[in-house]
Amino acid sequence: MENWLNAFALLSNFVIVPALAYGSQLALGALGVTLVFGILRFSNFAHGDTMAFGTMVVILFTWWFQSMGINLGPLPTALLALPFGILFCALFALLSDRLVYRFYRAKRADPVIYLIASVGVMFVTNGIVRFIIGPDDQNFADGERFIIRARDFKEMTGLAEGVSIKLSQGITFFTMIIVVIALFWFLNKTRSGKSMRAYSDNEDLALLSGINPDRVVAITWIIAAALATIAGTLYGLDKSFKPFTYFQLLLPIFAAAIVGGLGNPLGAIAGGFVIAFSEITVTYAYKRFIGHLVPEDWEINGLIQLLSTDYKFAVSFIILLLVLLIRPHGIFKGTGV
Amino acid sequence: MRGALRNLTYFLIMAALIVLVGQMQSWNLALSILNLCIISAIMALGVNIQWGYAGLFNVGVMGFAALGGVAAMLISMPPVVEAWSAGGTGVALGSLTLIVTIAAAVFTFRSLAQGKLRMLALIIVIAVGYSVTRSIFDPATDAIERVNPAATGYLGGLGLPVLLSWPIGGLFAGGAAWIVGKITLGLRTDYLAIATLGISEIIVAGLKNEDWLTRGVKNVVAIPRPVPYEINLQRSEWFINWCAKLGVEPVTFSSIFVKLCYASLFTVVLLIVLYLSEKALRSPWGRMMRAIRDNEVSASAMGKNVKARHLQVFILGSMVIGVAGAMLTTLDGQLTPASYQPLRFTFLIWVMVIVGGSGNNWGAVLGGFVIWYFWIQAEPLGIWLMEQITTNMDAGSALRAHLIDSAQHMRLMTMGLILLLALRFSPRGLIPERTGHG
Repeated sequence: MENWLNAFALLSNFVIVPALAYGSQLALGALGVTLVFGILRFSNFAHGDTMAFGTMVVILFTWWFQSMGINLGPLPTALLALPFGILFCALFALLSDRLVYRFYRAKRADPVIYLIASVGVMFVTNGIVRFIIGPDDQNFADGERFIIRARDFKEMTGLAEGVSIKLSQGITFFTMIIVVIALFWFLNKTRSGKSMRAYSDNEDLALLSGINPDRVVAITWIIAAALATIAGTLYGLDKSFKPFTYFQLLLPIFAAAIVGGLGNPLGAIAGGFVIAFSEITVTYAYKRFIGHLVPEDWEINGLIQLLSTDYKFAVSFIILLLVLLIRPHGIFKGTGV
Repeated sequence: MRGALRNLTYFLIMAALIVLVGQMQSWNLALSILNLCIISAIMALGVNIQWGYAGLFNVGVMGFAALGGVAAMLISMPPVVEAWSAGGTGVALGSLTLIVTIAAAVFTFRSLAQGKLRMLALIIVIAVGYSVTRSIFDPATDAIERVNPAATGYLGGLGLPVLLSWPIGGLFAGGAAWIVGKITLGLRTDYLAIATLGISEIIVAGLKNEDWLTRGVKNVVAIPRPVPYEINLQRSEWFINWCAKLGVEPVTFSSIFVKLCYASLFTVVLLIVLYLSEKALRSPWGRMMRAIRDNEVSASAMGKNVKARHLQVFILGSMVIGVAGAMLTTLDGQLTPASYQPLRFTFLIWVMVIVGGSGNNWGAVLGGFVIWYFWIQAEPLGIWLMEQITTNMDAGSALRAHLIDSAQHMRLMTMGLILLLALRFSPRGLIPERTGHG
């Protein structure tokens, strides 16, 4: 029995807890992508770099607050800076819409033209971020490091394996739940949210019913920017901030959105967790886990790792291909045009 | 006629700009810019075949170019005999089991009806096949990597002439394109974009981590050249005599001579690719491709197999990119997996095609030249600009140091702006596509 508990504790520590945090970050990122897709009907390649932009503003404010001695005690100061990050990121998204995308919307351009335009926006955003904060790693987490330390857990339970939960992981998970509840309340209960859904379902009909398209688009960008900033900040707190990593997150985020069904918010959340759990379970080395379950005198050769962590992107890619092969519209049906 | 004159002017201006670098900076630099311009032009032609002819959005240019680079290394490097005897059989056997696994998985997928049973059988086949493959592969690759890791630690190549790798690189890239295209074509364009983005990241991750094949981040250096080495030239009598006759200094001229050799080889490839692309575009096949691009529904109503045509054109374009990737590695003389960056290898090529003129091969070539030229020249220009701006600031100011330091990131922003401006104000590019019978 204790062996089983040890094995489970080990798995929680290295697979379940990290995957829950990572899944939350991906889910928030994929929600942004899927919302832009549902309303504006294109895949926004600039989303990863929008995340980096928002996070950069948060980091700058965090540093400013830290230099003034303002903090949240045990919680990271970044949470205090988050609203400012969202504000600047939303302004940036609205500006890019005004300068770039609005023109193509008026022309009713092909989705792929938007896609190329978003690549241009991605370049510019990436350049701005690197210009302001540089291409290197930035660490901005402060406050307490852990909710539960592995040592305390071992003392509490008497098990050989400990479970540690980082504060950033806990914050990530709870923020995700709050944000998702708020978002769904907004989409389902408020007038603006309903008009967004109507616009997403049938643009012409929505226009006929007197919905103001500019307003819907503006709200979409603000929400997408807010989601991007939150996802980016949480990811940065949990791991670290590096502009290029945020570009690379584009692949798992898109995989999550497509797996769940592009344009479907519920699907984006499910997709985020599917991708995160598969990535981490496949790249985890099971040697010690199996060691707890088999008789002690058995010798285990190798790490029992299905795939090296260097190939974690391969996991999202393969899941993406499998879903496209078997269910091209995703697990939940997307609004795919 | 006016169009032809305008195009000629563009190319003459481009030539003048390169000559200007030769006069103002150095001919060595001008020729290295020219060589990379030609390679960029070929890559842009490849992307143009996919995007301009067929409207396919490939975001994985980097991966296909990297496969070409691997081909250059695998064909030309001498084989490491020790490594082959240490793990050659294991790798061969492992590859065989991998192929058998894939074949078995495909067979299971095809022969069983859809449902839970098929899923279960598929998972079992893949799990067993994968673990058998890994159990054969891992010891073999470990043994290979242990063979003199500082110098080799990999299988080496075939020791054949490097020129042979250019078509082979094309085949490698075409093979990868076939796999991606087979799955994602026929779905939304976005899916193809994401899938190509994914495959290119995976290819480059493979290059960085499969040390037994590519030495990973330790790089493979000294890939044999198709042209003479400077040092040999400087020692050979005919070359020294020739230099004396021309009245030039042998050391500088030897490196210019080598670059000229590369330039002529590359020009031959560029002309061949350009000729074939133009022929294809003007043939019934090219008209069909454009018809499919402009209206898939009516083309398919006319009995054209849209998906098969897309797959065909996607593979062809990727092959051209693969050839260019092999040429690039040949020019560098080394395979450096860490140098494959998506911004440089994928998105820059896209800027070339959009700025040059999508759908027009001459436009793609011009775009390749123009954008590469500015990509290289933007860096000194940006640093110069920043120094001018900050000239009134205190010399020790942190802001000034930061601004000058960050000038190198300016070119990312500049490229993005160029892409956005071209897309908005000149969506058909410098040399627009020729439509109708004109």
